Amino acid sequence: MAKLISRPNMTAAEAMYVPEIAKGLGITIGRFFKNTFSSRGTEGNEIDTIDYPEERRTYPERFRGIHRLTHRADGSPRCVACLCCSTACPAQCIHIEAAEYPQGDARHGYERFPKVFVIDELRCIFCGFCVEACPCDAIRMDSGLHMPPSTQRAHFIFDKEMLMAIPAADGSFETKNPRHEPGDPTHPGVDREHHH
Amino acid sequence: MGEVTTVLGGGDAGFATTKFEALLGWARKFSLFQYPFVTACCGMEHMATAGPRYDVERFGAGAPRFSPRQSDLMWVVGTISQKQAPALKRIYEQMTDPKYVIAFGTCASCGGFYDNYTTVPGIDKVIPVDVFIPGCPPRPEAVLDGLILLMEKIQNGDREPAVLPPQKIAPLEALLQLRAKPQSGE
Repeated sequence: MAKLISRPNMTAAEAMYVPEIAKGLGITIGRFFKNTFSSRGTEGNEIDTIDYPEERRTYPERFRGIHRLTHRADGSPRCVACLCCSTACPAQCIHIEAAEYPQGDARHGYERFPKVFVIDELRCIFCGFCVEACPCDAIRMDSGLHMPPSTQRAHFIFDKEMLMAIPAADGSFETKNPRHEPGDPTHPGVDREHHH
Repeated sequence: MGEVTTVLGGGDAGFATTKFEALLGWARKFSLFQYPFVTACCGMEHMATAGPRYDVERFGAGAPRFSPRQSDLMWVVGTISQKQAPALKRIYEQMTDPKYVIAFGTCASCGGFYDNYTTVPGIDKVIPVDVFIPGCPPRPEAVLDGLILLMEKIQNGDREPAVLPPQKIAPLEALLQLRAKPQSGE
């Protein structure tokens, strides 16, 4: 079935084609001179280019950047080496070796700590599943930094010390979520030795 | 203008002394002709970098050449499968010397989360790679960081790795080591 299209109602100047082309080119050439002879960022200049290394765009608040391991009040990692993050990781880029706190430590028999915590930042796909999986708010991606490129793959292997040295975007190493250590009156848990 | 002062290190006598390699590196780093080997979704971010917002042409690396013989910078953008690896190597060999390779994104750099038999676990298994850009896909800022890193490398005359680094442990030895390792907790 053919569809009937009505003829466009053009004036004589429009039907002549050439004046309209000249008008369009006039806009293009005008923009060219305006953008060439006025500096960026001034009124009337319409260049949107970001001069990246000098001028940086602020990342969104929830941008997922490099991981960081959050600290407790005493500077030790919040991580209890439960392996939830490495299990949830679709890229399998997290390697954790758990260890027991020494005898006599208040946390001994209650929770463990990561002896080795390595993230291959090159293999990571920055999905944030590790952050979602973490029950202790120990791993976060709120550093506000993208992972910088490098010339060697070995540079992308981040160990525990490296991950703990990365601050959040606001400069802190802790999180706003409170933590209740064993021995605190607010501590809800029981441990293997002392059942309440 | 920092680059010019490095090239033209003026002497006390008023002569502009220069090293030919430094001049050559300075000329090369601002005239990169790229060959986009785009295979996957990272291509969208590659286009975003080439677009007017981030404008890779500011670094002189904007013009894509879809012939390897006319290009000296290969962007490997996306997953490389085992079947594609010979083609990638052949295209790399056809490029004009000096040639540089950027592994763009997680998949090209190390296989990413494709832990299977069809995906090459990093194109550095096939061709030498100058710069790895992490991210899935990387932000345009990360891409420009990688490009700036490559430009520094070219200026310094650094051709590492010109050849593939030899694997320290042969696969069979690695397997034997794994078997010899005592199982913890048993």
